[in-house]
Amino acid sequence: MSISIILLAAAVLGAIAIIAAVILYFVSKAFRVIEDPRIDEVADLLPAANCGGCGFAGCRNFAEAIVKAGSMEGLNCPAGGESVVNAVAAVLGLEAVLGEPQIAVVRCQGSCEFAPAKSHYEGAPSCSFANSLFVGESACPNGCLGLGDCVRSCNFDAIYIDDMTKLPVIDNEKCVACGACVKACPRMLVELRNKGKKDRRIFVSCRNTEKGAAAKRNCSVACIGCGKCLKACAFEAITLKNNLAYIDSDKCKLCRKCVAECPTGAIVECNFPPKKEQRAAEEIVNEPANN
Amino acid sequence: MITFKKGGVHPEENKFTNSNPIEIFPIPSQVTLFTGQHLGVPAVPVVDKGDVVKVGQLVARGEAFISANIHSPVSGVVQKIEPVADALGHKKTAIVINVEDDVWEEKIDRSPDIIATITRTKEEIINTMKDCGIVGLGGACFPVHVKYMVPPDKKVDYLLINAAECEPYITTDYRVMIEHGKECLIGIEAMLKASGAPVALIGVENNKRDAIRHLTKLAKDHPNIKIRPLKVKYPQGAEKQLIQALTNRRVPAGKLPIEVGVIVNNITTTFAVYEAVQKNKPLIETFTTVTGKKVMEKRNYRIRLGTPIMDVLNSVGIPENTKKIIAGGPMMGKAIANLNSFAVKGMSSLLMMDDAESYRGDVANCLRCGRCVTVCPMGLEPVLLQPLAEQSRWEECEKNGIMNCIECGSCQFECPANRPLLDFIRLGKHNTGLMIRNRKN
Repeated sequence: MSISIILLAAAVLGAIAIIAAVILYFVSKAFRVIEDPRIDEVADLLPAANCGGCGFAGCRNFAEAIVKAGSMEGLNCPAGGESVVNAVAAVLGLEAVLGEPQIAVVRCQGSCEFAPAKSHYEGAPSCSFANSLFVGESACPNGCLGLGDCVRSCNFDAIYIDDMTKLPVIDNEKCVACGACVKACPRMLVELRNKGKKDRRIFVSCRNTEKGAAAKRNCSVACIGCGKCLKACAFEAITLKNNLAYIDSDKCKLCRKCVAECPTGAIVECNFPPKKEQRAAEEIVNEPANN
Repeated sequence: MITFKKGGVHPEENKFTNSNPIEIFPIPSQVTLFTGQHLGVPAVPVVDKGDVVKVGQLVARGEAFISANIHSPVSGVVQKIEPVADALGHKKTAIVINVEDDVWEEKIDRSPDIIATITRTKEEIINTMKDCGIVGLGGACFPVHVKYMVPPDKKVDYLLINAAECEPYITTDYRVMIEHGKECLIGIEAMLKASGAPVALIGVENNKRDAIRHLTKLAKDHPNIKIRPLKVKYPQGAEKQLIQALTNRRVPAGKLPIEVGVIVNNITTTFAVYEAVQKNKPLIETFTTVTGKKVMEKRNYRIRLGTPIMDVLNSVGIPENTKKIIAGGPMMGKAIANLNSFAVKGMSSLLMMDDAESYRGDVANCLRCGRCVTVCPMGLEPVLLQPLAEQSRWEECEKNGIMNCIECGSCQFECPANRPLLDFIRLGKHNTGLMIRNRKN
């Protein structure tokens, strides 16, 4: 091979490269996409979990939305929490709007003990499939199926199924209230509630809308819609609809009167210290509530 | 021997009750009639608490387009109308009737004589089917009169009668053919008149030679009715597969058989149509095979609707170790979650399975052997659809034809790794269907 062929090849390729570079230069000028540089800055601050908790498809979409909106009203990153929201606010020079911190709670206590199984399911391990097939092992039409659709939906490893109760348990430390499990549960048992002062919460841990006797037949801790809690509440935080009580976490003052009043134990308190008389008697062990 | 072209499996037949004649099950002391025993909208009760009803009296009217009337299977007093848990445990509206005597409506002809001449006109026959609450007794319980409301631009070329009975264990269709063959053929004549079809083909699987011989002999008097033996293969009795086997026509995806000029009905339905059209008798009974490998006294019963399932099971004795009881056949039937439920239209079998038989096997990883693809009679790829459904990728499910699945379960039956293929495909089909409907609205 003579040297002239190598030189010719280098010259031709070099010429092509120069022409292409010139074309690319003008094309990039003509079709330049002007993007707010702050979007990248904000996106870098976000947790990049793409959990969808903010209501957008991913963190990048959220960053675009927040830069475009120019206000943080109604835009919140539950996964990142306070620190991320403050950092984003600082970058954009906006005032941080922080909602009441929330957490997911499971509104069912139908464990093997309280709601014994009446049939046995051995199909595909998917709540939504089992829900489309039959009423569930405990025969409660609203109860937890225990097959873990919520566990699989969680991006933060914050839910696990308790071996004893076969109910999902939410890890208070890890849950960021993104709401993925709320969407995953075919029986709508997971609810996002206010975290409450010192992590203390009171809620009705049942979704059964059957009449009292029918509900009680399948589960001993079901809400029977008796309305006792309604009368006990001094703050009008409790409403009764379709044989089911509901506590509004915005109005609830955590007085715990309803908890004592509930005849079936469907109202759950969590993270409260044991009551004085209980401590004195040392009889009742205050079990940590399943939430 | 003719059959459908693609796929299919050969489950163990286990037709133990072939030689057991149909016995009439005693009338219980109380019946519970669900208002939704058919595909479509539940019927609306037209009786009240305390009303006295006779056998064959209308108790709930099907008012929607796809709905069916429900008649009292007993005489007595309506005790209450309230939600009762059905076989799957869901609460459904039901009419509870306390039985007193056995008084029938006067218009019902109870004589054993066979009336061969059909005097009613086309419209009268369709209206009688509707009034008598006849539904398809092959399993889907689709209201029969709806099939005969043929759109004006369509013509029916064939009336196909499904006597394949491809599900293992079940023998009611076979027994009906043997014991009530004549009536069935008259019923088919009435249906031919109602549909305007020139010819009816009865497809019978070749494992029922007696029935083929018997019907062929009887059909000599009916020149428009032809018997076609079919090769034994599951799911021969599925509508689309039967159409392909008998007429070599293919129903387009998402369309009804009428699109290719065909109406399909089950053989037991033809007997119900005979009783309705010629005897004025509404559908108040179900033919049920009570069977299982370990059951000593296997039976074919004719059961009044609303009879407690436990009564039926106790009459043959539930064997020890029974783990699963299925309403319908082992391939497409549904496991009963609530045994305190009641007989409904189209409950063709009560099948008791013990521990070993009901065990679905340990689920292993997919081997990529492709057997599910080979056996799928609709030409789908269960190996692909199952993970798509598991990951909630409904749009891709739709693209891969999940809505064409007939839920025959051949894929899951054949899977060497025991993967829950049909379970997830059903879930996918349900959710994809919802997605498509939402898109239309």
